[in-house]
Amino acid sequence: MPPLVTLSGVAKRFPSGTLAVERVDLAIEAGSFVSLLGPSGCGKSTILRMIAGLIEPSSGRIDWPGLTEAAPTGAHPELGFVFQEPTLMPWASVADNIRLPLRVAGVARAEADARVDEAIRMVGLEGFFRSFPRELSGGMKMRVSIARALVTRPRVLLMDEPFAALDEITRFRLNNDLLALWQQLRWTVVFVTHSVFESVYLSNRILVMSARPGRIVEDIAIGAPYPRDDRFRVSDEYGNLCRDVSRSLHRALAA
Amino acid sequence: MSDDVPRPRSRRDSLWLKIGAPLAIGIVVLIAWEAMVRVNEIPWYILPGPLSIAETMVRDWHMLWPSLVNTLQVTALALLVAVVGGFSLAVLFASARWIELSLFPYAVILQVTPIVAIAPLIIVYVDNLTIALLICAWIVAFFPILSNTTIGLNSADHNLLDLMRLYGARRWQILWFIRVPGALPFFLGGLRISGGLALIGAIVAEFVAGGAGSGSGLAFRILEASYRLEIPRMYAALFLISGTGILIFLSFTGLNHLLLRRWHESAIRREG
Repeated sequence: MPPLVTLSGVAKRFPSGTLAVERVDLAIEAGSFVSLLGPSGCGKSTILRMIAGLIEPSSGRIDWPGLTEAAPTGAHPELGFVFQEPTLMPWASVADNIRLPLRVAGVARAEADARVDEAIRMVGLEGFFRSFPRELSGGMKMRVSIARALVTRPRVLLMDEPFAALDEITRFRLNNDLLALWQQLRWTVVFVTHSVFESVYLSNRILVMSARPGRIVEDIAIGAPYPRDDRFRVSDEYGNLCRDVSRSLHRALAA
Repeated sequence: MSDDVPRPRSRRDSLWLKIGAPLAIGIVVLIAWEAMVRVNEIPWYILPGPLSIAETMVRDWHMLWPSLVNTLQVTALALLVAVVGGFSLAVLFASARWIELSLFPYAVILQVTPIVAIAPLIIVYVDNLTIALLICAWIVAFFPILSNTTIGLNSADHNLLDLMRLYGARRWQILWFIRVPGALPFFLGGLRISGGLALIGAIVAEFVAGGAGSGSGLAFRILEASYRLEIPRMYAALFLISGTGILIFLSFTGLNHLLLRRWHESAIRREG
């Protein structure tokens, strides 16, 4: 099977002259959970945004051999994107926020209602249909944001440090729920994070990046079996993996 | 989060303060005014007391009421045109940067030129007096709506705009789903300012046109009464004008609260 998406010799220089990313070669297999791990400002978000088609690479190319139809430029109906901030419309209810992508796509009302329902249940927000974002906690807002990304039934979920602003307990809970959803629905996840612990817990592959200009300097497979849960979090295996990945990150920063 | 917020007074307390305190001040001032007029025996043609003004208002209601209606009509119509025009122009500005850059300076010029200086010209050129008044009131009223709405339309969350692009949204969808609702608080802020300005514009234009003698709005009543030294009627008309302004302000504040209370920080009452 061909990889889902490939980046070949991708670099990005911003108009200001900053070289954010250089020489990125990467193939992501369908169904994998890949983390981009690196210090802040290393260009991991830039890579994610290029994969999403939100910004163009300055050189190199991004292909989607794994998608049946070539995605039209700009619009990627098979992608879901989750930002670090929940990025909700403060004037709209939870249900209307989640419905937004379906309204844009012109999905019929009845079908849209059913899908919004499904997405709200997936993230465990039953009973908050009519709440407004400001009435929700940070973790709940992030759940709404994830539900909005899921409502289009994407094949690829791109997440840009989605849990970085949350407290640790909420983050653990959302990590578990995200893993459960991923195992159930088998989409591909590309997850940007600066947390070694989070990347080891979630992913089956970690790409360690150097400081700016960002390059992928190590490609680490995390073989620990799923399902992973709180027992995994306190296991020796998890501790050892975290130590290894931390060392890699140190090497990457020194390089 | 709630720890660092100062404890607000209870709701009943603040409501009592909000309505009771200004009301008390008003009553005290009116009583002092009436007392001063009576104690010093100031004649009514120099400074009438509040009671004599109230009496005049009742007696002359048959002429003040049509004037009030007249002024209100001009104000409301000018505001309506200002809303439609200001909003559409703001949408046009937001849709293309070059349109905004080429037209905005002229909107500013229109705004900074005092209406008293333009009004005589407009009255000369426009035959129909009502339309002339309308144009004057519109000129002062439309700028706050235009400028506020333009800022509002341009301050949409960039990540939300990116998201819309990811979903392949069309321009009108981005405008309708994201930019316009986000601009609502800005628009309503502009509307509150414009409401008062439309009234001022209408009154100023009436004063300028007053010499022509064909107007019959409240400003015309003030002019007319001043020629005849009917000071109480001048005050009565003045009170009606302020009352109208207050009413306009209060109704837009209410509208603001009604539309924004669920989501915008400006309209949300903190819980104690």
